[in-house]
Amino acid sequence: MATSIELRRIQKAYGDVHVIHGVDLTIDPGEFTVFVGPSGCGKSTLLRMIAGLEPITGGDLLIDGQRMNEVPAAKRGIAMVFQSYALYPHMSVYQNLAFGLETARMPKPEIEKRVQRAAEILKIEPLLKRKPKQLSGGQRQRVAIGRAIVREPKIFLFDEPLSNLDAELRVAMRVEIAKLHNDLGNTMIYVTHDQVEAMTMADKIVVLRAGIIEQAGAPLELYNNPRNLFVAGFIGSPKMNFLAASVENGMVKAAGTSLALGRDVTGATTLGIRPEHISISEGSGIKFADVRVDLVENLGGQTVLYATTSDGQSITVVLEGQRRVDLGSTVSLYVDPAKAHVFNAEGTTIT
Amino acid sequence: MATQVDTSNATPTGVAAPSYWRGVWENHAPGYLFLLPWFIGFFGLTIGPILTSLYLSFTHFDLLTAPRWAGMDNYVRMFTNDPKFAASMRVTFIFVIFSVPLKLAFALGVALLLNRGMRGLSIYRALFYLPSLLGASVAIAILWRQIFAGNGLVNQVLATFGIIGPSWISNPNTSLWTLIILAIWQFGSPMIIFLAGLRQIPQDMYEAASLDGASRWRQFWKITLPMLTPVVFFNAIIQTIEAFKSFTPSFIISGGTGGPINSTLFYTLYLYNEAFGFFRMGYASALAWVLLIIVAAFTAFSFLTSKFWVHYDD
Repeated sequence: MATSIELRRIQKAYGDVHVIHGVDLTIDPGEFTVFVGPSGCGKSTLLRMIAGLEPITGGDLLIDGQRMNEVPAAKRGIAMVFQSYALYPHMSVYQNLAFGLETARMPKPEIEKRVQRAAEILKIEPLLKRKPKQLSGGQRQRVAIGRAIVREPKIFLFDEPLSNLDAELRVAMRVEIAKLHNDLGNTMIYVTHDQVEAMTMADKIVVLRAGIIEQAGAPLELYNNPRNLFVAGFIGSPKMNFLAASVENGMVKAAGTSLALGRDVTGATTLGIRPEHISISEGSGIKFADVRVDLVENLGGQTVLYATTSDGQSITVVLEGQRRVDLGSTVSLYVDPAKAHVFNAEGTTIT
Repeated sequence: MATQVDTSNATPTGVAAPSYWRGVWENHAPGYLFLLPWFIGFFGLTIGPILTSLYLSFTHFDLLTAPRWAGMDNYVRMFTNDPKFAASMRVTFIFVIFSVPLKLAFALGVALLLNRGMRGLSIYRALFYLPSLLGASVAIAILWRQIFAGNGLVNQVLATFGIIGPSWISNPNTSLWTLIILAIWQFGSPMIIFLAGLRQIPQDMYEAASLDGASRWRQFWKITLPMLTPVVFFNAIIQTIEAFKSFTPSFIISGGTGGPINSTLFYTLYLYNEAFGFFRMGYASALAWVLLIIVAAFTAFSFLTSKFWVHYDD
């Protein structure tokens, strides 16, 4: 039922400025795909090209196997939710929801049926007569999603839809969009710069940087096996620790300590360890460096240590539960070699 | 006890009051001094003449002899026994009703074209604005007379197609229309405001609409125009007031007569002739007050209806 999308060597240039450099990507039917990356990485541009709002400079866009490059936006079976919501301020919520259907000259009873159904799904029935300015941010967001739902599109596109909401609402709407995907089963593409949104919602994450795909895959695949330094640093919070490293006798040497990973580490220049994979208790891994504790954050469920190694590198440690660690004290760190990552001088993961 | 309370109250207020006012004066005197020119101008040159004209509108006054109280005579004459008043009213209303919507539509049309993004936008913007700066001047009115005269530019162009045109300005059926065209030609100022308004409409509304398959035509009627209504409203009010007050073009083009056959006798021109042609200052004052009331009523009516068609964002 659901729709597949395929990008083949997709390129985008504004004059001489190339912003997307030949992207290949397959999105399976019904998949929830998240484009994530820092500002300017081209994720929104890519989405807008799929939507038909930006002309494609090179390559092919296929929807259900059919080339769509020259097909106008309205004929691609796509609905899009904008960051700004793009609601029409002079129309009521009902009129906003009905606009696309009226444009398609759908009979009035059918429009009413669809609007009612979307309003039920999104729990905005009491708001149908209001104007957008009388709604809260979260309610506007729902209307914007509703406007996409009523058209019963094959594909939903979301362009940073939650970035105008406060933190609490963002979490709530995140859950709702994920539920919506489960209920409707449509193919959805979601653009965000927030890796937490990406991790929690996606079937497939596509990490973009400077117009190329750094890595695409399931969230845990990216977390466990990042292909390079960029993906390793981008996925996961707090960020993965990166320590300058060298290789001695087949072992990785970093922060004055040699670490036997039990695999070939030839060419390693950087050691990467996630904060949550470091412990301060003996017996939970092999002993790594001694560090001085600079700052302790007690979050209740977790304790976060910010520390400095003997050779002056910063390192973050996340400990489960509530731990008592004195500021300025020296603690020994223990790591599981299987969860350590090593990267070569080009930033590529050594496996 | 009571006496003590009284004295203790009296002492501070008795001493404080003069020093308080002296303090105010010393602190604020420079401010009032700076305001003085405005005060003199506002009361001496604005409020004073307005109230004087209100008084004069109830008198007969020829500038040479003292005003004679006339009660409602001037107003009664205006509405019962003055065909020229009726004619000038008719001319002015036709002018307002046609020139304002046509000018606004033209200004919006040009603004839409310029807003599509083109090279040298700022040059076009300046060029199109030029007529607004020049339009009310005597020179342009004289130029206009040449263009629409019997041997004027319009007829010369028509002649190349073998058409012999009339003298547009001396034909009572067309003379007013030359003035309406002149007014439309001065579309620059509302155009600039429309352009600024168009820039305010978020682009993603059009993108959302185009994803829905809305044609440019539908986008204009369903998004652009409603979003622009505050600007339309503002322009309509300003241009309507301007149109009611229009004087120079009709004065120059008709040679001050409002002819032919009163066909360009604008209300303000009639008022001017009554005042400075016939020295009927009392009657002219009454005319001025009627115009003020008409413009005020028109504006009030616009504001009352605005809540049904003007959409404010927030």
